[in-house]
Amino acid sequence: MSPDMDYALAEREAAEIEGRRPKPARHQAMGLRYISGVAMTVGLAALLFFLILPTVLVIPMSLGSADYLEFPPKGITFKWYVRYLTDPDWIAATLFSLKIALATTATATIIGTLAAIALVRGDLPGKAVLQAMTISPMIVPHIVIAVSVFVAFAPLKLSGNFVGFLIAHTMLAVPYVVLTVTASLQRFDTTLELAALNCGAGRSRAFFSVVLPGIAPGVSSGAVFAFLASFDEATVAFFLSGIDGKTITRKMFEDIDFNLTPVVAAVSTIMVLVSLLVMGGLTLFQKHQKATSWN
Amino acid sequence: MTVTATIGVPSTEAIRRRPLTGSARSYSKTLSLILIAPLVLLMGFGFLYPVGKLLLGSFFAPEFGLEQFQRLMRSPLYLTVLLRTFEIAFAVTIASLVIGYPIAFAMAKLPRRWAALTTVCVLIPLWTSTLVRSYAWIVLLQRKGVVNALLLDLGWITEPLRLIYTEGAVVMAMTHVLLPYTILPIFAAVRAVPNELGQAASNLGAGTLSVFWRIMLPLSLPGVFAGCLMTFILALGFYVTPALVGGPRTMLMATLIGQQTTETLDWAFAGALSTVLLAATLTFVVAFRKTLSLNRGFAGVS
Repeated sequence: MSPDMDYALAEREAAEIEGRRPKPARHQAMGLRYISGVAMTVGLAALLFFLILPTVLVIPMSLGSADYLEFPPKGITFKWYVRYLTDPDWIAATLFSLKIALATTATATIIGTLAAIALVRGDLPGKAVLQAMTISPMIVPHIVIAVSVFVAFAPLKLSGNFVGFLIAHTMLAVPYVVLTVTASLQRFDTTLELAALNCGAGRSRAFFSVVLPGIAPGVSSGAVFAFLASFDEATVAFFLSGIDGKTITRKMFEDIDFNLTPVVAAVSTIMVLVSLLVMGGLTLFQKHQKATSWN
Repeated sequence: MTVTATIGVPSTEAIRRRPLTGSARSYSKTLSLILIAPLVLLMGFGFLYPVGKLLLGSFFAPEFGLEQFQRLMRSPLYLTVLLRTFEIAFAVTIASLVIGYPIAFAMAKLPRRWAALTTVCVLIPLWTSTLVRSYAWIVLLQRKGVVNALLLDLGWITEPLRLIYTEGAVVMAMTHVLLPYTILPIFAAVRAVPNELGQAASNLGAGTLSVFWRIMLPLSLPGVFAGCLMTFILALGFYVTPALVGGPRTMLMATLIGQQTTETLDWAFAGALSTVLLAATLTFVVAFRKTLSLNRGFAGVS
């Protein structure tokens, strides 16, 4: 580094003139570097704190024993979790959300995988238009989608019920599947499929025994993203929910305003844990696959 | 992009005999259309039809014309909301960049263990529902919330501050919610810069700051643009966070559209507002479509 070197040279010259041994130049530079290193560490720690604290804050808040959100929480209790599990409204909303999310995962994964195959390998007119249409739900503001779907689905008796949510959430989730499967397909070596065809496999046999295992990482990531895109989705769910068909996110939206007890914090904690388990599980699974696969 | 078979070009008769399978590398037109049909049906009924109906509806109420848009332009209230939406989206983008750049840099360039810790701190919020994270900001900022409790305990204030339902609260919470979308493209860009460039510069006499300012920053700018654009577009149309953390005085386009739909039941006007919001968003998307890489966010970390 140039300032250090300048300093060292000047020090040596001065020492030669004065006839003393040159003092090592490192102390001062190390001191400065140490201070800036500490400052940077503290700064980064503060930024990470800002990132992570609001995400995990709901966990301690859900364990407080007071009837309102108290900080710091005094006494540890699980009564808000018991309250959640024994409240039929919360359980109905949770089951409704889970049902929609699981069905959405299935439909979005199948529709998205088939579409990705057609978009990457197929002979289609107007591919650019089809691709733009596929990713448009990621670009169009969700409030516009939510209001549109609500206004269009209400007269068709598709608001506040399972079928309406399945259509809306599959539409929101399918771009994630198309993107992840497309990435996998582009990496997939087509000569493997040619080899299977040459060895006498039919088109479908080659697809199910060679292509599908090859793109499985993309399909599984897409499925996980689709599940969370539905389960955590709040904007469309807010408008499309009805009195009978209400998702967990809509119920949370309502209770944040009217119910000040830590039950919402307990539900939030459960939602955080679901997201982390699903995504963490996917990450570990893919690491394991990468480590054990041949290529 | 059609990839045709290079090995053993099949005779035209063979193709005619197998209309579904096509050539070895590329699926036939018929099969491709069958594969994409479910997606087209889904998007047609679940997306194009509703969005088209809402947007077109705003031009036909009460009859064909720009009546609803003139309403929007006449009222200073609605123009204030539109202006505020842009201001807040801009503030959120700048705040995300200032906070996100050092984090992205740390993810890409710190020694392995620290980079992994930073990555975990970025991924956990990314994976967590935005509703839960917005709720956490209510817990933090409300009158008897965490921040006020801490400040009162420390004796820095004598009565609770009014933090929630302010523009500052909306900007802070939205910054936190959208931060990962800024960080990931910057991370991908910084990681792609070879360390050797920095080493070469220091060998030639550049200081640490100079290496950052003249090598790292310019080379990471594409990631910065992509991250900022993504954050700005998402902030323009964000509903959940401003609906929870904001109040009537921090009404944004998204919350105004929501209010027109559920409270005043004025769907034609909600459609006009949606048209304006969508047009603003698409203008930015089309103008900067080269910088916007949608799958970078997912492919960036794995």
